[in-house]
Amino acid sequence: MSNPIQAEKEYHKYLEQGRLMLLRDNESGKCMFYPRVVAPGTGSTDLEWVEASGKGTVYSVTTVRQRPPSPGYNVSLIDLEEGPRMMARVEGLAPDDVKIGQKVTARFIQEDDAALVVFDPV
Amino acid sequence: MDNFPRAKTAVVGAATFGIGEAHGYSSMEMAAHAGVEALKMAGLRTSDVDALFICLPFDAMSGISLAEYYGIHPKLTDNNRTGGSSSVSQMEHAALALEAGMCDVALITYGSNQRSATGKLQTPVGLGGVESVYKPRNPVSSYALAAHRHMHEFGTTREQLAQVALSARQWAKLNPEAFEQGNLTLDDVLNSRMVSDPLTVRDCCLITDGAGAMVMTRADKARDICKNPAYLLGAAAATTHMSISSMPDLTRTAAIESGARAYAQAGVGAADIDVLSLYDAFTINVLLFLEDLGFCAKGEGGAFVSDGRIAPGGQLPVNTNGGGLSCCHPGQYGMFANIEAIRQVMGLADKRQINDVNLALAHTNGGNLSSQATAIFGSSSTV
Repeated sequence: MSNPIQAEKEYHKYLEQGRLMLLRDNESGKCMFYPRVVAPGTGSTDLEWVEASGKGTVYSVTTVRQRPPSPGYNVSLIDLEEGPRMMARVEGLAPDDVKIGQKVTARFIQEDDAALVVFDPV
Repeated sequence: MDNFPRAKTAVVGAATFGIGEAHGYSSMEMAAHAGVEALKMAGLRTSDVDALFICLPFDAMSGISLAEYYGIHPKLTDNNRTGGSSSVSQMEHAALALEAGMCDVALITYGSNQRSATGKLQTPVGLGGVESVYKPRNPVSSYALAAHRHMHEFGTTREQLAQVALSARQWAKLNPEAFEQGNLTLDDVLNSRMVSDPLTVRDCCLITDGAGAMVMTRADKARDICKNPAYLLGAAAATTHMSISSMPDLTRTAAIESGARAYAQAGVGAADIDVLSLYDAFTINVLLFLEDLGFCAKGEGGAFVSDGRIAPGGQLPVNTNGGGLSCCHPGQYGMFANIEAIRQVMGLADKRQINDVNLALAHTNGGNLSSQATAIFGSSSTV
């Protein structure tokens, strides 16, 4: 067996390279998010990194309000095409215009000195 | 079906301390005061306590700390940290320990000075790194995401959510202990400051100080020291996730599981319950829990709470103390949900007392709809 996986560290290394990588459990074929060293639900450790398509759908949405004049900003839950759900921000639309069911695609940015995946409307 | 010791244990004392603002008190002092008051109600002293259950916000070893504070040497200490649901889980575990003869008098206590100390909700939590980079204003944003999903799937409206806050305020006006007593209108709720859409500040619980405590003994002893003990007929917990992005379905909580097990333990169903305490950290919680605990069908919570059904004079009394929305919310409200249910069973709820309460259900919630725990209390007629 190869070295035991370091899920969190490896995820962030990929993210810095502009890649959204998911861990897939080879027993069930299901991808997970966030990446863990063991598959949630089954306990499988037969895991493999696969690259996400970046395509997803908004599952739910909120606008976090700030004290004016700072604008509110979007926080969404995105269902990825590969199955798992992640929290993220939808950009390219006014926060109030982000709706459940909106199709989105991933984009990589730097924020607070770290790589971050955000989503744009399709 | 498990072997929970139905009605083999009972709450014989329940007390609150420092609800609202308790300037000058530490959280430990508040929890200790509440504990002593609950013991007095049962004619007991700290020296009678041989099992301590507590969970102070910033003391991970507060069970040991409280033992030192009281100067007692309990056989059992517990620091269950499932957030707002911890006190129901602690009752569940206390019942098992009492029934097994591991202890004779269990004291469960909680206190927080978060309002006077910081003015902010104090919730130390781990995990969440994959969420925090997107700056959700938690816990509000997590519940807002659930509320929006409920609105999307079932057509629930902000006006229906607001009915929960309005009903809570009406109950609060019957409870001198409730922190918020002022008039509240539908427009007030809808037009108050939006925090995380669709939840305004009036869809959110208060930030107050407060302490509460409960004393449990085995039923045989309970009958000797208390005229109307609140028998614990069932208590069960379940969890589905910690962070909201890992919640399988934002419109279905683990209350479905905890409630079903608590009903089975108690041998009763939703239709039998006389009065309800539902942990209303946010207005959406009450809709979700009414549905998940079987008081209405999934998706119908919004319509269910309309027309004053859960307000004073309505068909189903919910949160008769004013709830977390209008009575108090000192970080973890679970203790106070329990105490109100217990007071209703004991007949101690004064102006807001519901007639002939034989069965009261308290449902508590911790984290981001994460941990759900349900307790069912019964009067002597249910034993």
